[in-house]
Amino acid sequence: MAKKILELHDLKREFVMGDMTVRALKGLSFDINAGEFVTIMGSSGSGKTTLLNILGCLDKPSQGSYLLDGTDVKGLNRDQLAGLRNKKIGFVFQAYNLLPRTNALENVELPLFYNKEVSVEERKQRAIKALEAVKLSDRFDHTPNQLSGGQQQRVAIARALVNEPVMILADEATGNLDTRTSYEIMALMQELNAQGKTIVFVTHEPDIAAFSSRTIMLRDGKLQKDSINEKPRSAKEALASLPESDDY
Amino acid sequence: MSILNLLRIAFRALKRNKLRAFLTMLGIIIGVAAVIAMMAIGQGSKQSIQASLSSMGSNMITVMPQSNTQGSVRLAGSSIQTLKLEDIDAIKRLHSDNINGLSPVVSSSGQAIKAGNNWPTSITGVSPDYLNIRQLKLLDGILFSDNDVRKSAKVCLLGKTVIDNLFPDGSNPIGQIIRFKSIPFQVIGTLVPKGQSNFGQDQDDIIIAPYTTVQNRITATNYLQSIYASAVSEAASDAATQEITNAVRESHKLLPNQDNDFQVRTQAELISTISSTSSMLTVLLTAIAGISLLIGGIGIMNIMYVSVTERTREIGLRMSIGARGKDILMQFLIEAVLISITGGVMGVLLGVTSAYLISYFLSWPILISQSSIVISFVVCGITGIFFGYYPAQKASRLDPIEALRYE
Repeated sequence: MAKKILELHDLKREFVMGDMTVRALKGLSFDINAGEFVTIMGSSGSGKTTLLNILGCLDKPSQGSYLLDGTDVKGLNRDQLAGLRNKKIGFVFQAYNLLPRTNALENVELPLFYNKEVSVEERKQRAIKALEAVKLSDRFDHTPNQLSGGQQQRVAIARALVNEPVMILADEATGNLDTRTSYEIMALMQELNAQGKTIVFVTHEPDIAAFSSRTIMLRDGKLQKDSINEKPRSAKEALASLPESDDY
Repeated sequence: MSILNLLRIAFRALKRNKLRAFLTMLGIIIGVAAVIAMMAIGQGSKQSIQASLSSMGSNMITVMPQSNTQGSVRLAGSSIQTLKLEDIDAIKRLHSDNINGLSPVVSSSGQAIKAGNNWPTSITGVSPDYLNIRQLKLLDGILFSDNDVRKSAKVCLLGKTVIDNLFPDGSNPIGQIIRFKSIPFQVIGTLVPKGQSNFGQDQDDIIIAPYTTVQNRITATNYLQSIYASAVSEAASDAATQEITNAVRESHKLLPNQDNDFQVRTQAELISTISSTSSMLTVLLTAIAGISLLIGGIGIMNIMYVSVTERTREIGLRMSIGARGKDILMQFLIEAVLISITGGVMGVLLGVTSAYLISYFLSWPILISQSSIVISFVVCGITGIFFGYYPAQKASRLDPIEALRYE
């Protein structure tokens, strides 16, 4: 039995806007085990973003419980949530969100600045290792504007990896990339998953979901479908099957 | 996050917007430089005034005849003959602990002659106390004695200007005979030069002799031009002034309802008047400079707000990867303090340089006190914290979800 990384039980989130209450999540319950590659899908307004914010400890549920790696998020204050994000979660954003005019190595080091247990020397070593893991060992001193979109996203993935989180949380991480580059990113994700990383990937593109081992469909704030993908598509093969020069 | 890292981040953030950072600093630079230069000028002039006044004898008290009215005609003070030796005796009889020197002053101007040289000057008849009261010092020779005063001895002390003019060959004047208004005087001593007084008077153009000699042999009068006294200390000078006033009133047999027919002045009065004027000037100048520092601080606040808004996404990212509100607060606070302290350092350099330039080109006296530099630094630090705090707090309270999606 694999270890449970995420445990959601009857999770609800409501927003009060004036005298109206918007119920974004209406009672979600599911678990995610260590080593899974889960995509969370759903159309606009399905509660995807709200769920992502809660999973990422940026927001707290109104009702129900959310346990991240055994820790109940509900009772934590802002600073404790920040600490949890720092140690347990690696974010990958659609817009990369790298610091401008700051080289790749320092961008990757960033989460470790907020982790007091890591020494200066270890910080650098770990950042180098993370960049090597995303195959950017020759781009340490390049700033974001000297990198392509795919390379920037790989720096962002390295940044997510550097603190050795229990889960990588990707928010439309391929949304700004062309098909070939998004397949490259998915191939990297699959590789990391094969090495044992738990990945939660929020997307609205069905062909991206095909690369994952499990798909959770949301609709109108509720769980619509939770299906195990027995035979995930290999992103490497998909990449090989693309015509050589389809970009032109 | 360690202070060193925060400093690095702040330094890099400023480096990204060099011109903007510099312009923001400029407010602080000008403010600090103004404070330092203004205080240097104010303090310098105050100090130089005080120094030159005390060299005249800071505890000196002078009694002068007051101009008064005789049969509806107002007479000039100098033509009044009310101050007499009896007044001196009256003061002496007080045996006051507040007064440690007393001398009558009788003077007369005329031509001093030595061999082929002559020089227009004046002779001042005094008692031996006079040298202490005026803080005159003997360069060479001896002072005349009380016995010389009693005998109206024809001895004198010469100031440097007189010596230079009567003995242009540089020979030693001591023991020589000079003539003043045809009266031969033996030079028994010379005075240490004092230079010009505050009012442009040559303090070395002076011949000093016993007052009896001047009264009996030159002016043939029995009244005094003035009385000089000295208080034991600046603090005692008020009490001494009061005692002298009472003694002279009594000696002049003035009724309680009559005004003084003399005036008593102290040097301390003059010093405090002049130095209070110049302290007021210092306060005024510093206040103006302080206002420019305040404006500099507002500039910092303004630019920090802009910076926080510009970097909303960065703040969101930092929060999402684990920065606490405190980390963000410190980051922006240190950036603001870095601007103000860097501005402060440059301001001190500019202020000191301009103070020296002013003293060099305009020959104004300056005094750069360490306290003004320390105060400027502290004020800069406080300005940075004070004006940087609100923008930093705004940054630290951002909601990471909204900050991440900020366009």
